[in-house]
Amino acid sequence: MKLTWFLDVPELRRALGVILVLALGAFLLFPLATLVIWAFADVWRYPNVLPQSFSFRWWQWVFANGDVGKAVFYSVTTAPVVTVLSALICLPAAYSFSRLQFPGRSFLFISLLAANAFPKFGLYISIATIFFELNLINTFWGVVLIQLINTLVVMVWIPAAGFDSVPRALEEAARDAGAGPLRVFWRITLPIAMPGIIVAGILAFLAAFDESQGTLVVGSPTITTMPILMYTLVSNYPEPVGAVFSILLSIPSLVLLLVARRYLIAGYLAAGFKGR
Amino acid sequence: MARLEIDHLVKQYAAGYAIQDVSLDVADGELVCLLGPSGCGKTTTLRTIGGFITPDSGDVRIDGQSILRLPPERRPTAMVFQRYTLWPHMDVAHNVSFGLELRHRPRKEIEQAVKGALELVGLPGAEKRHPAQLSGGQQQRVALARALVLEPRILLLDEPFSNLDAQLRVRMREELTTIQRRVGITTVFVTHDQEEALSIADRIAVMRAGLIEQVATPTELYARPATRFVGTFIGTMNLIEGRVDDHGQVVAGPFQLPLPDGCHAAPGGALTVGVRPEDFVLAAPGRTGVAIQVVQTTDLGHYRRVIVDVPAAGKLSVFVDKSQDLSLGPGSLWPRRVLFYAGEELIGISEGVQERFRAVPPEVSLADELIAERHAEARRESAD
Repeated sequence: MKLTWFLDVPELRRALGVILVLALGAFLLFPLATLVIWAFADVWRYPNVLPQSFSFRWWQWVFANGDVGKAVFYSVTTAPVVTVLSALICLPAAYSFSRLQFPGRSFLFISLLAANAFPKFGLYISIATIFFELNLINTFWGVVLIQLINTLVVMVWIPAAGFDSVPRALEEAARDAGAGPLRVFWRITLPIAMPGIIVAGILAFLAAFDESQGTLVVGSPTITTMPILMYTLVSNYPEPVGAVFSILLSIPSLVLLLVARRYLIAGYLAAGFKGR
Repeated sequence: MARLEIDHLVKQYAAGYAIQDVSLDVADGELVCLLGPSGCGKTTTLRTIGGFITPDSGDVRIDGQSILRLPPERRPTAMVFQRYTLWPHMDVAHNVSFGLELRHRPRKEIEQAVKGALELVGLPGAEKRHPAQLSGGQQQRVALARALVLEPRILLLDEPFSNLDAQLRVRMREELTTIQRRVGITTVFVTHDQEEALSIADRIAVMRAGLIEQVATPTELYARPATRFVGTFIGTMNLIEGRVDDHGQVVAGPFQLPLPDGCHAAPGGALTVGVRPEDFVLAAPGRTGVAIQVVQTTDLGHYRRVIVDVPAAGKLSVFVDKSQDLSLGPGSLWPRRVLFYAGEELIGISEGVQERFRAVPPEVSLADELIAERHAEARRESAD
């Protein structure tokens, strides 16, 4: 009898599938469930399976805390600024990589990965020494710059693939219909490449929003974003505080990923004209 | 009202000439096909007219006015591309109206024009549909409507139906010719499909290696192909290598053929004899004709294709009427219409050859000599 005999029995195969799905679901959801329970727990002591009492005490505490307000403020200001700056810098680059031939094109394209090739922390320390000279340490723009690094790859590579996927014939047809090169870009190329650009923008936003190492090195203690504050909260306060804050931190990510999913699917629909 | 003149166009790339020297006049309302194998320069020529390629030299004129300095968006030409032509983020109406909007036409007028254009291509009421919801044939109809709605003076079509399946392709080209005749628009159509070209074109320009080999009506092109290449590219042509003997007769394989009147060739010179499969007469063994072997017959609907083995000429293709009695084995063959090519050029045509026809007497071993010569030539060619 071979080792995978149970796969030949339909009932057992189905049961195995159900077990695997449940196990995977538990693996993903159990920590989240624990997090949510912790966020509303007042007293939860071993060996109880559920907390002895619930309350909104820690939510009130978190919302009343001045540091939290500051961190939220810096998070919701740095991340959008980083995303917009990244788009301004990277989208023209993405278009050039996709549509122009120039010397060193593929070298430059690959070199965007360079920032990911080294241990991040070492890189940040050496950047910090440069920032120190430039008086960027502990400044808003210093944090923006350091967060920008993490967004470059997605903001160039994904939109470049988006521009690649726009057939030249579509642009030529627009020229033929009477549109000049700039109008072709705004009316044809950009809209068709847009799903990829939106996805890249969302990923860049999330990368900036969740960035902690570089922000810690460059911004702390003046500019503290939510992930930085997380370190302090987790190590210095009771568990529910960290749990509440985690939930707050994950809301933007969750919302944006749902939006991204919609545009990813829209992108596939737009590509409904067959192949390349 | 538009006459198109293409005047000595040249375009060279690093890899070589795309077009070497292309000149062509297209009369008002005429449909001319550029026909040739891939890489012959037909698309380069079309894209030069459309403004997507700048030629190295030469000129393109519409009604005597050069358009070479105009960018594509300002040329009075409209193009239908091979595929992926509709803008996927716009609905059909918007695709068609795009060019009119750029020209700032009033909205009422645009709506009317879009409606009219969609009716013309047989897609009335398709305004709100999206390209992804259309079949390949419908997409190309919309692309045609988009081109026609701008009322261009020249319509350019770049293999517009080559991505469609065979039946649809035939229907679409019939509809295209109907529309083209009705609108009366001067049209240049690029294709590699000879059947397509023969069925829609007023005239066909056969291209090879960046040059136009012949421009003629479909009938003329088939009957009098000016070069060997045109003869073999359009339809089927049996080619037999031969030479001129001392009496001014052409000896090709087992055939001895008189040169047509007014056609002179130096004795000993090499000639190629071309015979269309339907221009052979195949009969039972007899006194007329050359003794051959019928080796294969294939029924092709209304006619029958026969492969015959001809001594010293190899296997030739013959079309015979389906009613003709035929069996494998020995038979007799003679041509009734022969084209003579010196090198690539057509130098003469003999009609009604059977009356003057005479087979080379079998004792003459000239045939063997010719075979040897042909093999030597083939070897030289492959060495090149």
